[in-house]
Amino acid sequence: MSPELINLIVQATFESLYMVGIAAGLGTVFGLPLGVFLATSRKGELFAAPLVNRALGIVVNATRSTPFIILVVAIIPFTRLIAGTSIGSTAAIVPLTIASTPFIARLVEAAIREVDGGLIETASSFGASPIQIVFKVLIPEALPGLLLALTLAVVSLLGYSAMVGAVGGGGLGDLGIRYGYQRFMPEMMLAVVVVLIALVQLVQSAGDYLARRVNRRLRHR
Amino acid sequence: MNAHQSLAIGQPIAPPAAILPAAEPDAMVRFEAISKTYPAYRGKPGVNALQNIDFAIPRGSITGVIGRSGAGKSSLVRLINGLEKPTTGRVIVDGRDISALAGRELRLAQRSIGMIFQHFNLLSSRTAADNIALPLEIAGWAKADIKTRVAELLALVGIADKHDRYPSELSGGQKQRVGIARALATRPDVLLSDEATSALDPQTTRAILDLLANINRELGVTIVLITHEMSVVRQLAREVVVLDAGHVVESGHVADIFTHPKHPITQSFLAEVTGDSLPVSLASRIVADPAAGGQAVIRIHVRGAGAGDTVVARLARELGLDVSLLSARIDEIGGQHVGSLVLGVPGGEGVQARVLAWLSQHQFSAERLGYVA
Repeated sequence: MSPELINLIVQATFESLYMVGIAAGLGTVFGLPLGVFLATSRKGELFAAPLVNRALGIVVNATRSTPFIILVVAIIPFTRLIAGTSIGSTAAIVPLTIASTPFIARLVEAAIREVDGGLIETASSFGASPIQIVFKVLIPEALPGLLLALTLAVVSLLGYSAMVGAVGGGGLGDLGIRYGYQRFMPEMMLAVVVVLIALVQLVQSAGDYLARRVNRRLRHR
Repeated sequence: MNAHQSLAIGQPIAPPAAILPAAEPDAMVRFEAISKTYPAYRGKPGVNALQNIDFAIPRGSITGVIGRSGAGKSSLVRLINGLEKPTTGRVIVDGRDISALAGRELRLAQRSIGMIFQHFNLLSSRTAADNIALPLEIAGWAKADIKTRVAELLALVGIADKHDRYPSELSGGQKQRVGIARALATRPDVLLSDEATSALDPQTTRAILDLLANINRELGVTIVLITHEMSVVRQLAREVVVLDAGHVVESGHVADIFTHPKHPITQSFLAEVTGDSLPVSLASRIVADPAAGGQAVIRIHVRGAGAGDTVVARLARELGLDVSLLSARIDEIGGQHVGSLVLGVPGGEGVQARVLAWLSQHQFSAERLGYVA
């Protein structure tokens, strides 16, 4: 493979990492509080607001059930408003963030709901406010689950990022389609797939390692 | 037991039960006309968890609340620290109506009420020391003060060497010690114990109960323990409240309540320690027909300090009878002897009637269970 092509792969890898990294970061910023709220706003819980909970649940489900490629094109005006353009890696971050936020929120919700309700009662019994319970009990106790959730989100985003080539987003998937498929270069396709596999392995291993490190529950048995 | 001819003679000397008066002048906790109803929800019918609850818990006491599961114990104890609100009535803790507090005021009040739990409820992500520090962090203590206080508390509960251990590295007893230290961190006036020893083995239970007794003695903390285990009340409590189906059926000093149990539920709890049921080998031999046997089987109820100590010897000496001891079980509750002696009395109807009369005369409650050959 010529140095030019290798250079293309390197550049595309950085584009992918850039899009996925920022989108995962923003997705966490929006998805974590949303997920915590979804987990704690049911009837009888910390921030009980059953109607808001249900409304948010519907919005989250709707976003998650829209195919990503349709989401990308459907929100082009919004993307242009936020990023100033609808083309390129930076613009692609907008739909990636919008797709990852509800996904992360649902994963966070599941992780938070795993925390033993007795711990919430215990913290309440010594006068912890709902906010203190979230930051001192729920998030620390759910941390291993939250790290695994974030890992899963990053892996999924790597997959999504392959689709933003459709709007000139760049990245590995775009490279694979344009060179590997449209220009009949199977070795390029293969190279892209190998790099993606390596990235996913790396992300998953790092996530597993961190989750294990913070998990004090079974570590010593 | 239908075969038994049950003949109660001699009324037990029953002083009026010392009901913990709602008007106790030095009450730490006072329940005033409390009821608690859980509304119907998703097809499940509503539940009247507590009704007409009126009593006071004296300051500095160790008060046991005993009842079967579903009697309302958990609801009752959660009213004290405001985790639950009464449907009607008021809960006064240290002179303040906690049932009327909400939000920040309630959270401040909760700092003076500690609670320990059956399953310890420690944070798995925090070390023993950090678990104990949690209520202090929540109360906004300075880091240095927290450090000093945590070291003090670890020493108090006897696990100073477990400072950096995570709950997964501790035994059940050690976890409950951390729980106790955490509950005491903010120097509460009241310590609530929700079945705190139910998940522990008997030896560890004993050690934890001893620790609670020490804490009560040395720190003067009022302890309210809810339990379904008579042994816990017997070992630790001085006052007891017997709860059944949401009602207080008896309450007062442990010694009074258990030497003269009136309500069937109290009697059934007492039977757990005194063993009112006969050994199987004896029970199977008892018949109702006097013609069959040589000996009458007479059960004497022992209630009170030293009550049963000499009864067999005196009976034998004063009536000149060779009574035999068939079964005996005597335990100590609140410094009082409680239990029963089962005697075999030889001789005909006349002799046995004399024995029963003698027992009655000496203020013993006794009954003839039947005859054995």
